[in-house]
Amino acid sequence: MEPFKLIRVQDNQAAIHAAGVTRTKFIAGGTNMLDLMKLNIETPKQVIDINKLGLNKIEELKSGNILIGALVKNSDLAYHPTIIKNFPVLSEALLSGASPQLRNMASVGGNLMQRTRCPYFYNTDFACNKRVPGSGCAAIDGYNRNNAILGTSDKCIATHPSDMCVAMAALGAIIHVQGIKGVRTIPFTDFHLLPGQTPHIEHTLKQDELITHVEIPALPSGSKSHYLKVRDRASYEFALTSAAVVLNIQNGRIKNARLALGGVGTKPWRALLAEKVLIGAIANEQNYRTAAAAALSQAKGHKDNTFKIELAKRTLVRALITTGGMS
Amino acid sequence: MIESVGKPIDRVDGRLKVTGAATYAAEFPVKNLAYGVSVLSTITKGRVKIVDIAQAKKMPGVIGIMTSENSMQLHFPNASDPGGGKFAEKDLLPLQNDRVFYGGQHIAVVIAETFEQAEHAAATIKILYDEQAPVVGLEKNIATAYKPGAGLGGAETQTKRGDAEAALQTAAVKTDETYTTPVYHHNAMEPHATIAEWKGDELMVYDATQSVMGVKGLLTSMLGIPAEKVRVVALYIGGGFGSKGFTWGNTILAAMAAKQFNRPVKLVLSRQQAFSAAGRRTQTIQKLALGADQNGKLSAIKHATTSETSFVDEFVETAGVATSMIYSSPNVDVSHELVRLNRGTPCPTRAPGEAPGTYALEAAMDELANKLKLDPLQLRLINHADMEEQKKKQFSSKNLKECYQRGADAIGWSKRNPTPGVTREGKYLVGYGMATATYPANRSASTARATLFADGHAEILCGTQDIGTGTYTIATQIAADAFGLPIDKVKVKLGDSMYPKGAQSGGSQVTASVGPAVRAAALGAISKLIDLAVSDSNSSLHGYKKGDIIADNGRIHLKSNPVKAETYTQILNRNGLDKVEAQAKTNVSTRAQAPTPAPAGSPEAKAEEESKANAAVQADEKTDRTPYSFHSFGAQFVKVLVDPDLGTIKVDKIVGVMDIGKVMNLKTATNQIMGGMIFGIGMALMENTQYDPNNGRVVTRDLAQYLVPVHADIPEIEVQFIDKPDPYISPLGARGIGEIGITGITAAIANAIYNATGKRVRDLPITPDKLI
Ligand SMILES: Cc1cc2nc3c(=O)[nH]c(=O)nc-3n(C[C@H](O)[C@H](O)[C@H](O)COP(=O)(O)OP(=O)(O)OC[C@H]3O[C@@H](n4cnc5c(N)ncnc54)[C@H](O)[C@@H]3O)c2cc1C
Ligand code: SF4
Repeated sequence: MEPFKLIRVQDNQAAIHAAGVTRTKFIAGGTNMLDLMKLNIETPKQVIDINKLGLNKIEELKSGNILIGALVKNSDLAYHPTIIKNFPVLSEALLSGASPQLRNMASVGGNLMQRTRCPYFYNTDFACNKRVPGSGCAAIDGYNRNNAILGTSDKCIATHPSDMCVAMAALGAIIHVQGIKGVRTIPFTDFHLLPGQTPHIEHTLKQDELITHVEIPALPSGSKSHYLKVRDRASYEFALTSAAVVLNIQNGRIKNARLALGGVGTKPWRALLAEKVLIGAIANEQNYRTAAAAALSQAKGHKDNTFKIELAKRTLVRALITTGGMS
Repeated sequence: MIESVGKPIDRVDGRLKVTGAATYAAEFPVKNLAYGVSVLSTITKGRVKIVDIAQAKKMPGVIGIMTSENSMQLHFPNASDPGGGKFAEKDLLPLQNDRVFYGGQHIAVVIAETFEQAEHAAATIKILYDEQAPVVGLEKNIATAYKPGAGLGGAETQTKRGDAEAALQTAAVKTDETYTTPVYHHNAMEPHATIAEWKGDELMVYDATQSVMGVKGLLTSMLGIPAEKVRVVALYIGGGFGSKGFTWGNTILAAMAAKQFNRPVKLVLSRQQAFSAAGRRTQTIQKLALGADQNGKLSAIKHATTSETSFVDEFVETAGVATSMIYSSPNVDVSHELVRLNRGTPCPTRAPGEAPGTYALEAAMDELANKLKLDPLQLRLINHADMEEQKKKQFSSKNLKECYQRGADAIGWSKRNPTPGVTREGKYLVGYGMATATYPANRSASTARATLFADGHAEILCGTQDIGTGTYTIATQIAADAFGLPIDKVKVKLGDSMYPKGAQSGGSQVTASVGPAVRAAALGAISKLIDLAVSDSNSSLHGYKKGDIIADNGRIHLKSNPVKAETYTQILNRNGLDKVEAQAKTNVSTRAQAPTPAPAGSPEAKAEEESKANAAVQADEKTDRTPYSFHSFGAQFVKVLVDPDLGTIKVDKIVGVMDIGKVMNLKTATNQIMGGMIFGIGMALMENTQYDPNNGRVVTRDLAQYLVPVHADIPEIEVQFIDKPDPYISPLGARGIGEIGITGITAAIANAIYNATGKRVRDLPITPDKLI
């Protein structure tokens, strides 16, 4: 690990001003950041501890929207009664991630910003465009069972590992950030970036910007939601595939569908093509299958992960059946 | 007094461990300690041109940097090291030259005042290589396979009886399939860690090892110093699973660095480093053919294994080692071949040989049963080996049929539907599977010293070690019974090469080997005490015959009249003695090699001499073992639930019924078997190490990438024991128990998955992608 300066801040302004300098990083729960620093993947000169910013509250707004502080712990969010009641997809996604110890440390902001689990990214002996731009991608022709099949490029096929983000993508969350120039909001799908030719640029946050909150829009009444995750062991493991499903069904017909996939995309993958199939359609297995096929229609497998195309379809179909039932 | 052997008493070291008071190798408080961090190769094959340490040398806290340019010269390890130690890579003594044989090989060691400083400096070292094309991939290089020499402990690697090939040609029913297993890493919780400290010409080493005696022997020969100048201590070990059975670079490098920089040095391998520099299980490709008549009687078994080793040593994963004796068959052909790859050297791993070997054999038996339309359990009974047919010997004791029966009852085998893929519980497919477990009952020579003190407590010293299996506890129970004392009056000390030489912790042999020596030493001390009493006119037992006196609850008394008694304390005090001491060496081996007598003048030779008058040793050594073959057996039964759409597998229940001779402690024994069965879940469903297909270096090298089972993967586990003493293994009747739990279980799970889904996956691990 490189030596670094630790700065503890008490308010957002101090955090933002300290962050304006290059090679500066925020640290929240530290569950990803510290690992990356120990392995010399992140080598900040300054680390800003943002745990004292007071951004650890969950507020229910008059609109029914929920405003979640960026420092709210994954466990606290997962077990919040309103989240369990109105947004089970989010609670289930959080609880399917990592382990209780990690969830007790991990923050919402940190989860949004966590980096890929591509094994080559974690090993400085290998080429990796995300870690060292222009060095090459060892995964494309290497061991890539856990890599992505959607949104990949010839420079990077790394999966975005988060479960929480998949649920938030489906829920259409809004990210609130604050920088030297003031505050702004970013729609969830615009926050993470596809790798393209610049896989080291992963999001639209500027160097000085701090995530302060994530807002979850209220769902129309009668909405149901669910998160399903398939993995190689029963707990404490990232997804092979996962699906976040939000459905609003009236009289057997799907009025609204919001779907996202995990474990398969280079970013939390909103399945817009599948949503199009379902909106207005009858809630039955046939339509679920057609939607799943649409969701994966642009998927591209690699040597070890082609199975994810079929597994992701089945995961989505199962999640749809569980959520929407069949008419 | 009630015997303590067999009772499920708590671990004597349990409290120390859960409170953190137990001191592991890296935790000894050594003054003026410096910290080492190893720098490993980042190419797979070639030569080191330049190790650029210019920047690192100048960094804060750096004491020095050891490379092949400046490190001390090592001697080759003694082939027949008296400590029984094995340096893992005989042709790659660390930092002796510029050659690179695999990725992740030691190239330099940075020594600094703090761990953080050493790490930081290590990261700045740049190494320039002359890179060569490595040999990568077992399948790709199978044409280079060769027949190796003997396996571990002299195990034969090519075994034949009859003509298996001819018998297969004419068999009424046969199966011939290839089963493959990946590379596994031990991943013990405690890292590979060493602290080395020189005091003048004396070397003190704290090491995470399964053999303090082996490490002592290796340090002696490799550093070229007299044995009496080296002391190795390992009081507690956080698991080894074979990885700490051989000695790796970290141990010797710590001693070298401590000498070179004249400071005590701690060197700990990181989790990632242990994936290349501390052993593993090899990949195996096993071709398994079985032939049988219409009734299911086996006529032929052919088991051909190809595995890989490194370019710097030869290790054979003897997957076929149990195949020639496990079932009755007139024709058997077991063979092993090796391919050399540019990978780190393999070593024993959790039942080396038997674990992958019983997977292939027992999966093949399931396939055969299916073809014969026979119950798999029935097929095993039809082919039960009443004797060891390869060696043509009787088994010392075998109760396998009872294991099958009890296991079948416990899992509910009668509920198994012989037609695969059709039985459901809710949305899950249900399947049942079973397999035979087996492991050889190893025993080797051991020495122990027993001391009875005038204050009424007793002590045992033995240079073996407790790697987490419960050796402290069992040795305490055995000694307590022999001393005639309650267990809280007995202190067992292990894990120090100063103590009389005990067995290494490998091959499931410690209880069988060390137990009898501990017992004999304690009985020897009691015998001396009785001698004192009967020859003393002031004793109430004066003049009685020795054989009429027994020890019980801190007293010796007449068998016929318990009131005629004296306490140990009374006897010792009257004689002005503060203690009475005895040592015993039991020279018994069930291994291929005969036990070697201790070298003249050695401490063991003294114990050998004293043992000539030790009735327990004499009786033990005189037992004629030549007519017998010593093996443990067991039966593994599994119920699984499979989600047919998603391919996810839930092991619902597992039952293991083990015949391991006398159970010394029900708690630690159950623990061992359970642990083995959980290893089996890992092996069947998730564990595997991936190497980069292009450059051959390890890709998955931490516990987020290398999956082991978590609590949520562990079902209800039922462990039962037959608990019948083996009359020939030793006076205690206990065979080893360490490794049998992982044998058979992987096949039982795979067979259950087949029964559930109708899909036969012959390539481990069985992950969701292989079932959809
Ligand atoms: C073994 C293991 C298993 C895991 N399994 C899963 C899993 O199954 N599913 C899953 O979803 N996740 C999993 N995780 C990842 C875990 O969810 C993340 O590590 C965690 O969410 C990160 O949160 P943190 O608060 O600890 O972030 P930190 O480690 O503190 O920070 C991570 C990054 O976020 C940045 N950051 C933090 N807060 C802010 C903010 N407010 N504004 C701007 N930037 C910020 C930091 O600068 C840093 O770059 C696992 C992690 C581990 C170690
Ligand atoms: S997939 Fe992306 S993260 Fe993985 S090695 Fe390639 S560039 Fe690096």
